[in-house]
Amino acid sequence: MTPAVSDVKTLQIDGIDVSAQADQTILDAAREKGLSIPTLCHLDGLGDVGACRLCLVEIKGTSKLLPACVTRVEEGMEVTTQSERLLKYRRMTLELLFAERNHVCSVCVANGHCDLQVLGQAHGLTHVQFPYRYPKLPMDASHDRFVVDHNRCVLCTRCVRVCDEVEGAHTWDVMSRGIGSMVITDLHQPWGESDTCTSCGKCVQVCPTGALFEKGKARLVAKSRDFLPYLAMMREGK
Amino acid sequence: MGRQILIDPVTRLEGHAKITLHLDDQGAVEAAQFHVTQLRGFEKFCEGRRFLEMPYLMSRICGICPVSHLIASAKACDAILAVSIPETAAQLRRVMNLAQVVQSHALSFFYLSSPDLLLGMDADPVKRHLFGVAETHPMLARDGVGLRQFGQQIIETLGGRRIHPGWVIPGGVAGPLSTENRDRILAGIPEALNRTQRTLDWFKRTIETFREEIRTFANFPSMFLGLVGAEGELETYDGRLRIVDESGSIVQDGIDPLRYAEFIGEAAEPWTYMKFPYYKPAGREHGFYRVGPLARLNIVTRCGTARADQELAEFRELRRGAILSSFHYHYARLIEILHGIEKIEELLSNPKILSKDVRAVAEANRREGIGVAEAPRGTLIHHYEIDDEGLITWANLIIATGHNNLAMNRGILQAARHYVSGNHVSEGMLNRVEAVIRTFDPCLSCSTHALGQMPFKIQIIGRDGVLVRELRRD
Repeated sequence: MTPAVSDVKTLQIDGIDVSAQADQTILDAAREKGLSIPTLCHLDGLGDVGACRLCLVEIKGTSKLLPACVTRVEEGMEVTTQSERLLKYRRMTLELLFAERNHVCSVCVANGHCDLQVLGQAHGLTHVQFPYRYPKLPMDASHDRFVVDHNRCVLCTRCVRVCDEVEGAHTWDVMSRGIGSMVITDLHQPWGESDTCTSCGKCVQVCPTGALFEKGKARLVAKSRDFLPYLAMMREGK
Repeated sequence: MGRQILIDPVTRLEGHAKITLHLDDQGAVEAAQFHVTQLRGFEKFCEGRRFLEMPYLMSRICGICPVSHLIASAKACDAILAVSIPETAAQLRRVMNLAQVVQSHALSFFYLSSPDLLLGMDADPVKRHLFGVAETHPMLARDGVGLRQFGQQIIETLGGRRIHPGWVIPGGVAGPLSTENRDRILAGIPEALNRTQRTLDWFKRTIETFREEIRTFANFPSMFLGLVGAEGELETYDGRLRIVDESGSIVQDGIDPLRYAEFIGEAAEPWTYMKFPYYKPAGREHGFYRVGPLARLNIVTRCGTARADQELAEFRELRRGAILSSFHYHYARLIEILHGIEKIEELLSNPKILSKDVRAVAEANRREGIGVAEAPRGTLIHHYEIDDEGLITWANLIIATGHNNLAMNRGILQAARHYVSGNHVSEGMLNRVEAVIRTFDPCLSCSTHALGQMPFKIQIIGRDGVLVRELRRD
């Protein structure tokens, strides 16, 4: 069915004329046009939360930077996705992520298959200007098949969303606030003692870093995430 | 009055350290201490990590012999998995360890020590380095670089990268060896053998000129410890511990490495971060021993390869009983390079080396694991304990260089007493004191798991506690 004319918005992204449906986000519209905006917490097939702030874009008429993954397109918008200012903030965001916990790529199980690492490389991150916090965080290896290493977690909440939205178990959630935030299983019980976990492993597949991984493997192989858009499409009949 | 002489830059030691020489009223050397000044603490910060992570984590201790740490750590993890790994996996690990012995020995002999041997202990420090050697003895320098390359390329061919290859994993190795890669390694063997033989022949011709150094470079009775194979042959991957005394007689033989704690104690001193392992039955005072190439050639019945055995026979002509001068670590290192190359050829010539069966898969079945292997510098022990979830609760590492700590301290005292007196101290004299340490080829970053800059400093302190002289490199 052809959408009604009023459902279609026309806007400019990086000077290119783009038309998009009213319920689309700037990120969707840009990617459909082949324009790349860096993302970390966003994953096709999961709801967006705008947590990582890497997809911030400039919109003419507002001095605030807005996250492309949760900002809907509007008629006549003029969006800039690449600028010195944006690069500066994206790099700063990445540096803060690296400084917050213990991200040591050389000995990480996800080395070579890590979204954070790829983003760091893509943004030319050679050092971090903020002092590292070196928190002493535990690993939970109580689950039969999976391990969570909080040292590598960036709090993107992909695991929380996939567990809730796709698997329907809602084993994962976030506790505390700010710098003290942690992903937890059930009511902060050891993962192995979780009543709700179905051991489906979707959280492990969507984790962007080495925070969630399978036992019995010394090194991680590439994660498989193709199932998500497929599941979303089949369930929602899109 | 304190006076300082700066040597900058001076290196030729893997890691850095400080030597203190204490003088008496007459200006003679009374005591000597070899300080390793910093700590990295791998044993502590691996606590709480998953045991399967350990080989990769531990190999980061050192960029020179990461393979030995990988292997000792993977063996400790094999023990936790309680599996016996496929034979081909063990042989492939063995090839990689030998390749590392070759490259590491080449580094020590050619890059670090050959400037002293070729240009002279008293040569101008500005020129006393590998580039100086390359100018005056281009063939020997080329052989050194070539041998290092030979070893490093084997590691790269097997493990995908030269430094910190993640290929040695608990249960075996990550992938089999292809025919093409085997042939590529084998093709390099003849040239590597020639390079080694040429250097050995030169060294044997030159050795007479170092009579004084041989006599005074940590030349004293001690025990020697290392792994030997089932028939007493030279072994770097597996085997059992053997200890011989200064006469070459066997003190202990066939010790299962898992029982290391019954025989090796560890003491600590407040003035250095490096621990002092000692032979428990003889006690802290008398239980000192040496490990590494010299020790291995002293303990083995034979090398187990044709050319190396020939050289070993000649080596043993040096003295009845065990060879005691640490100067001969250099000699032993060359023979071990020869053995390594021959053994790699032998292992790769067996068609079974191409087997695809290279990994045993299991979960943790035991709470504790011990892995022992011979690193280029001597016996390396990794010992882990885990909890129910497979997380490390305790780790102990005994590093090759640590075993030699007591001997190194006595060695510099011996050399300093001979060469140094408070009234006249030349750079060449002090270089000889450093050269004693170089014979042991210590890897200080391994032995203390040290972090960051470690300047090498020699201090001479008079009886009144006043600093007479200091040599330092930063």
